[in-house]
Amino acid sequence: MSAIKLGVPSKGRLMEQCFGWFADRGLTLRRTGSEREYAGAVEGAEQVELVLLSAGEIPRELAAGRIHLGVTGSDLVREKLADWETQVAALAPMGFGHADLIIAVPACWADVDTLEDLDAAAHAFRATHGHRLRIATKYHRLLREFLTREGVADWQSVDSQGATEGTVKNLTAEAVADITSSGETLRANHLKILSDGLIHQSQATLFAARGADWVGLETPFAKLCAQLGVQTPQL
Amino acid sequence: MAGKAQSRAVARQILAAFEAAGAVEVMPDILQPAEALLDLYGEDIRARAYVTADPLQGEMMLRPDFTVPVVQAHMAEGAEPARYAYMGEVFRRQDHRGTARVAEYFQAGYEVFDRTDPDAADAEVFALFATVLKPLDLVATIGDIGLLRAAVEGLDTLPARKAALARHIWRPKRFHQLLQRYAGLSAVPESRAALLSGAVQSDAPWIGLRAPAEMAARIETLKADAECAPIGADDVARLDALFALRCTADRAPAMLADLGIAALAPAIARLEKRLSALDAKGIDLTALAFEASHGRATMEYYDGFVFSFEAADPALPPVASGGRYDALTRVLGGGREIPAVGGVIRPGLVADLGGLS
Repeated sequence: MSAIKLGVPSKGRLMEQCFGWFADRGLTLRRTGSEREYAGAVEGAEQVELVLLSAGEIPRELAAGRIHLGVTGSDLVREKLADWETQVAALAPMGFGHADLIIAVPACWADVDTLEDLDAAAHAFRATHGHRLRIATKYHRLLREFLTREGVADWQSVDSQGATEGTVKNLTAEAVADITSSGETLRANHLKILSDGLIHQSQATLFAARGADWVGLETPFAKLCAQLGVQTPQL
Repeated sequence: MAGKAQSRAVARQILAAFEAAGAVEVMPDILQPAEALLDLYGEDIRARAYVTADPLQGEMMLRPDFTVPVVQAHMAEGAEPARYAYMGEVFRRQDHRGTARVAEYFQAGYEVFDRTDPDAADAEVFALFATVLKPLDLVATIGDIGLLRAAVEGLDTLPARKAALARHIWRPKRFHQLLQRYAGLSAVPESRAALLSGAVQSDAPWIGLRAPAEMAARIETLKADAECAPIGADDVARLDALFALRCTADRAPAMLADLGIAALAPAIARLEKRLSALDAKGIDLTALAFEASHGRATMEYYDGFVFSFEAADPALPPVASGGRYDALTRVLGGGREIPAVGGVIRPGLVADLGGLS
């Protein structure tokens, strides 16, 4: 018998909070086998199968239709999936894993607090240094869409997959676009957030894959949605 | 959707028509030097170019368009006047899904480098495109970025404000926010007010490549701006009316003159010359749409006359577009420049719409 494949993050606090969210709705998710084995089981719902995955891979697995449902950050879905709403449906924000994707600049830049300031500084910077103001990020799509929409010019993104806050001090970028929850790491690296530099407020979200094979799974999916207290989406 | 062979057959037809009009065929390389050329494109094309590394030539890109390489070749070695035609694929990464969003497609284009009579050259290109595309039922629209630039240049305010506005003609949202700011119609951000009153004290260590002197220079600019009288509300209203102006081409000069923007006079005179040249080429000006903001958010390096031909389906990109790009020849000319105008047709879309014969 076919089953609804539910992908959830395979480790850490995100996994525990995710298990907790489903437990509050009468579904017990648990790992099976050893700590190192990424297999799981679901109790409390019919025809639902647990797949443990890295949170970063879940958007791609959803897009490919290899899992039917998946829990991951809304930032990752928006960044990794083109026209994300055509590929997945957001079923429920889950109330944890909160993080803001923001633009931050050196705290010493007393003249830069808004996107208008950033744009003007970027223009002058380019004339002085001969290259565009560099913004280090791994969120290239979200940053580009945001700055294009806001009409900021003379910047370029440079890729940074980790320790992004250190790029300014290391002279590989002039600003950063990164995820922050408390702002602590930014402050420690002498960066400040632009007052209108909030690109996206992310949280863990349950998504359904539009491209997955739902044939024969309509009834168990409707029952699952009812149990979770979410509307059954048009897929 | 048209297959490649079909698109190429249409591209050849268009190329033949351009050659018959007096153009010489040129074939720019598919691999172009990214570092030298990529910055010349607007943000849209720049973000969408496929860039790759070559061990000998450095960063290369798959050509995202023909105009820039054609201008570069002309400025390096071309004799003038010159008329060029080309056809081939361009490559652009697509951020959105959808069948019309293809990452490689054919373009066929025509470019004129001629100093004798730029307004006649504008009309020549437009009329040629209109003739080639006649079998399709397309809607043509013209505009003129030169009008927008002249209106900004004519404002009675600080040169720094005019330069900032001119830089953002392409980005309507930022342009209008700046205009509101310079007109005193939007509240000064708290952080700026604090900075200008000297209340900002930062003990943060200086980090990064931007130097303290650059910050000091910007603060001086902000102070000079704060001391300058706001742009008058009447001027803002006139600019807004200009940007919103849409009418048929025959009425455009009179409608523009009615706006009461004195600085527009030379640009209106050029528009009239261009319209007479179009009329002489048999273009019906009463059926041609004029939009002052046409191409403002999408057209890349154009700085004067702009035009497009569009199908009825709003989901389709323009079938053809083009315009004048004198400034680009200046950038690539190393001190030399030449009036230049041209445009491209997308043969794949032409084939989808039924072809030319």
